[in-house]
Amino acid sequence: MDSTILRFDNLTLGYDRHPAVHHLDYAIRAGALVAVVGPNGAGKSTLLKGTIGSLAPLGGAIRLTGIDPSEIAYLPQQAEIDWSFPISVFDVVAMGLWRQRGASRRFGREGDRMVGEALDTVGLGGFERRPIGTLSGGQMQRALFARLLLQDARLILLDEPFTAIDSATVRDLKGLIRRWHRERRTVVAVLHDLDQVRSEFPETLLLAREQIAAGPTEDVLSPANLDHARRLTEAFDEGAAVCVR
Amino acid sequence: MYDAVIAPFVEFGFMRRALVGCLALSLGATPIGVFLTLRRMSLTGDAMAHAILPGAALGYLVAGLSLGAMTLGGVIAGVTVAMLSGLVARTTVAREDSSLAAFYLISLAVGVVIVSTRGSNVDLLHILFGTVLALNDAAIYLVAGIATVTLFGLAVLYRPLVMECFDPGFLRSVSSLSPVGHYSFLVLAVFNLVGGFHALGTLMAVGIMILPAAAARFWTRDLTPLVVIGVLAAFVGGYVGLLLSYHASLPSGPAIILTAGAFYLFSLSFGPDGVIMTHLRPRRHLEA
Repeated sequence: MDSTILRFDNLTLGYDRHPAVHHLDYAIRAGALVAVVGPNGAGKSTLLKGTIGSLAPLGGAIRLTGIDPSEIAYLPQQAEIDWSFPISVFDVVAMGLWRQRGASRRFGREGDRMVGEALDTVGLGGFERRPIGTLSGGQMQRALFARLLLQDARLILLDEPFTAIDSATVRDLKGLIRRWHRERRTVVAVLHDLDQVRSEFPETLLLAREQIAAGPTEDVLSPANLDHARRLTEAFDEGAAVCVR
Repeated sequence: MYDAVIAPFVEFGFMRRALVGCLALSLGATPIGVFLTLRRMSLTGDAMAHAILPGAALGYLVAGLSLGAMTLGGVIAGVTVAMLSGLVARTTVAREDSSLAAFYLISLAVGVVIVSTRGSNVDLLHILFGTVLALNDAAIYLVAGIATVTLFGLAVLYRPLVMECFDPGFLRSVSSLSPVGHYSFLVLAVFNLVGGFHALGTLMAVGIMILPAAAARFWTRDLTPLVVIGVLAAFVGGYVGLLLSYHASLPSGPAIILTAGAFYLFSLSFGPDGVIMTHLRPRRHLEA
């Protein structure tokens, strides 16, 4: 039987004491392909930020089993990246080798070859010297996926990988996610398009700060559950009392 | 020609010393400035330069015009203000820029009060505008030492710094070096501002840091040439500025910064990514 790789244990994450993720209990099996869905402000991105350790829990815990935090690959939302920074596509993708190369080890021919291969895989062969800012939105996302490929991670977290991306790129990137799934890697993706979730992701976690439903995608994405999620997120209260749970 | 551009440095030791000081400053401070501008922290450099003043002034009070005391005081004051504002930004609702502004304004006022109650106006001018034409051996060793430490430090911090600028979330996901890199970088910036203030004064030191770096941005879209162009521009700025001050009897610090400023305005206008090339002279588009 598959073992748990990532467990949220009565987890509360938030900003300024306001919970964005509230008392979440959920376990993700090694090798699972999980979609995280929910309305805007439901805490989806916050959950990923907590998992990579850039946000400390307000309560509860995030437990990794059999995996080191440095073995997690994370795709941030495109808006969090400074695309005007003067850096080439090659250098962006090469960041994926951080775990082997770190801050000071020699990059070498082998590194060059691996970066080239990753770029070929995502369809950006020959783009090595291009400044990153001259790429289209879809090409930028392909470059970030090449970086994920090099990270060779067992747990891959994707924050809105397909938002504002052209359909050909979405098709190719979905192919990569399927490949990762076949390779028994664990993939957790924040998504908005429910049709994509239904067609690609066997398991879904529906969040509206609290867990609304979780499990097989078809059961989770029922109209009743989605409606419930929408109403819960709208009920955000600026003057909320202290949670006593 | 020789008389105008070479002879002053051959004839006068103080000109040669000033030129060496400028070379060291360009090598250390300008790469720091490149990263400051890329991280949208240009004004942070300015604020920290002001924050150094009370420390340097206290050092002056205690030990007179002593290089060691003023340097130590400046470093302590600069690092304290940088750390405090970083800490306030991380633990309260205040943003880093507003807390830095608050601390440096307090620091600057304290510094001016200290200098003016105990020293003379000449001392104040020395600290504010530096004495590039009166650099002694110790000062040159100090500035050169800071440049050396900076270049080695940047070599070690280079990858984390680039990643922190481009995609901070990614760096935090793969490494715990993010805060280490951030604070080490701030400390290097303080070192260079302190080195710069001996030569150019607290007000002008930040100019040799930011102006060449900002100007270089109009000539290239890649980081390595950005640093090289910035360093070259800073050194040429120092050289031309010294000549200007020699021939036209201008104060040397401001003359150096003005030269760098002129190069900035030239780059802004005529660089490949400057105003004229991008807006006023549109080129035919390419086929692919």
